[in-house]
Amino acid sequence: MGMTVVEKILARASGRSVVRAGEVVEPRVDLAMSHENAALVINQFAEVFRGTGLDARVWDPSKIAIIFDHRVPAESSKTATNQKKVREFVAAQGIARFHDIRGDSGGICHQVLPENGYVRPGFVVVGTDSHTTTHGALGAFSFGIGATEMASVWALGSAVNIEVPATIKVVVRGTFPPMVGPKDLILHLIGKLSAQGANYRVIEFHGDAIGRMPTSGRLVICNMAVEAGATSGIVPSDKETLRYLRSEAGVKDSIDLVLPDLDAEYERVVEIDVSDLAPQIACPHTVDNVRRVDDVAGTAVQQIVIGSCTNGRLDDLEVAARILKGKNVAPGTRMLVFPASGRIYAQALEKGYVADLIKAGAVVMNPGCGPCLGVHQGALGDGETALSTTNRNFKGRMGNPTAQVYLCSPAVAAASALTGVVTDPRKGEQE
Amino acid sequence: MATVVFVTGDDVSTDAIYPGRYMATVLPTETPQYAFADNAEFNGRLKAKQVPPESVVVAGRNFGCGSSREQAASALKGYDLTIVAEGFARIFMQNSINLGLKLVIAPGVRASEGDRVEVHPDRVVNETTGESYATVRLPEARQAIIDAGGLIAYTRTLLLQRRGRA
Repeated sequence: MGMTVVEKILARASGRSVVRAGEVVEPRVDLAMSHENAALVINQFAEVFRGTGLDARVWDPSKIAIIFDHRVPAESSKTATNQKKVREFVAAQGIARFHDIRGDSGGICHQVLPENGYVRPGFVVVGTDSHTTTHGALGAFSFGIGATEMASVWALGSAVNIEVPATIKVVVRGTFPPMVGPKDLILHLIGKLSAQGANYRVIEFHGDAIGRMPTSGRLVICNMAVEAGATSGIVPSDKETLRYLRSEAGVKDSIDLVLPDLDAEYERVVEIDVSDLAPQIACPHTVDNVRRVDDVAGTAVQQIVIGSCTNGRLDDLEVAARILKGKNVAPGTRMLVFPASGRIYAQALEKGYVADLIKAGAVVMNPGCGPCLGVHQGALGDGETALSTTNRNFKGRMGNPTAQVYLCSPAVAAASALTGVVTDPRKGEQE
Repeated sequence: MATVVFVTGDDVSTDAIYPGRYMATVLPTETPQYAFADNAEFNGRLKAKQVPPESVVVAGRNFGCGSSREQAASALKGYDLTIVAEGFARIFMQNSINLGLKLVIAPGVRASEGDRVEVHPDRVVNETTGESYATVRLPEARQAIIDAGGLIAYTRTLLLQRRGRA
């Protein structure tokens, strides 16, 4: 019996020829990512070394990446002081892959990592962020961990006591209809599996629709795999992975594609045909409360958000700009746009998307997590409703437990910005 | 025997346990004040020290889903609570084990606030209703971290074996 992609990656990273779901391994880590919560990792790292008499050095500074994105620029003196502490640690340890608050090289960790070529097929990637699943889009086994576990990785260079997860194979066939895409697919899948349907499991994506999907879309589906509880999502690397790494991420050195065996053992197989998929929307207050946009069309919306590690990439901004160009955001609705990185912001400026969005009345903010996690830049008022391309709609997520958050694609968000109510983007196309 | 001080349903996210706006607070001495901060009643009882140590929270499936924020585990650990749930989300469960927050997996568990429960190694008994629920053992690999007293101690031992002079 063969191995799944993740079994192969874990076997290699653990120095074994074969591993099976359920076995416990200690894989070496190829990339360890943190954001502002590195401040907490630093505390725990010091604790690990306390009383050992050892010099508190990280195992390999070239394999650590730290990106400020959650609260940029700092919303409080407390955050600013945490960020200062992280900068000092980065300098002292010689961590080169540090992305500070900058308009050129800064951005959201889950965009900065891929666009800089830090993630490769076959890598074991850990991150102190649950959406670290995103990097499975490049054929890596990439999963979220807590700060103490990261301190352990920084000390040892490996992830201790990792149980090899079972894998659910998701086969996606067909061609997306107009105005329907990867976000609708992943919302539909989460609705089907439920918020815990993939708990402790990996979702491995296959099928012709995935083969044709650009990396930007694969990042979307792997990003939200965690919303079905998955340890990680993964797309086995292929020629599109190579194209992205070579031409967009500027990778020059050799790339080793890791593929699943044809006789790999999957816990279950889920098949989806996207040919007649309608635009999807996750309704308050759970991500698996998924319906067709039609079902809730007409719901009034006070805030539209386009951005985040899920949908703040160039093709997302392009769709929004195309829908909004020459039109206006509806009165009574505000629209916030957060490009996922400085690089994307610059590209969107060059292509005119930013001008189209601003002229339509959108506020284009600096790259970062923005209002997604309810810290700053777009909190909601009591009882207000937001329609957002982000990935979570839990009660209180955008900072106000009395507010409602709906999740959708950039096309649905942009079409709804024009009307001020939840709108099926296919309606506008026909006019 | 312990008292059930809070009962909640399925899919309780870490946003509910520890809202994102308090994430700049990281010290385990400071995080407990924000435990369930959006639930003024329960948060108020916790802060007013009306909840004795080793009290029990009973939850449904997928407790702790969402963000990897470790503050969710450290805030609950600060009150020395035991969380009895039908199931836990992966990262929250690992964080809890790493920090020493006591978790019990008890499929089907039912309780009301004020019930008295006894947590045995293999089952949870709700002494108020008389119902008993079999518990699911934590995987061996995770138990090793608990037995070591948490991940800091576990890692320190490995570190000394591999890098150290000890």
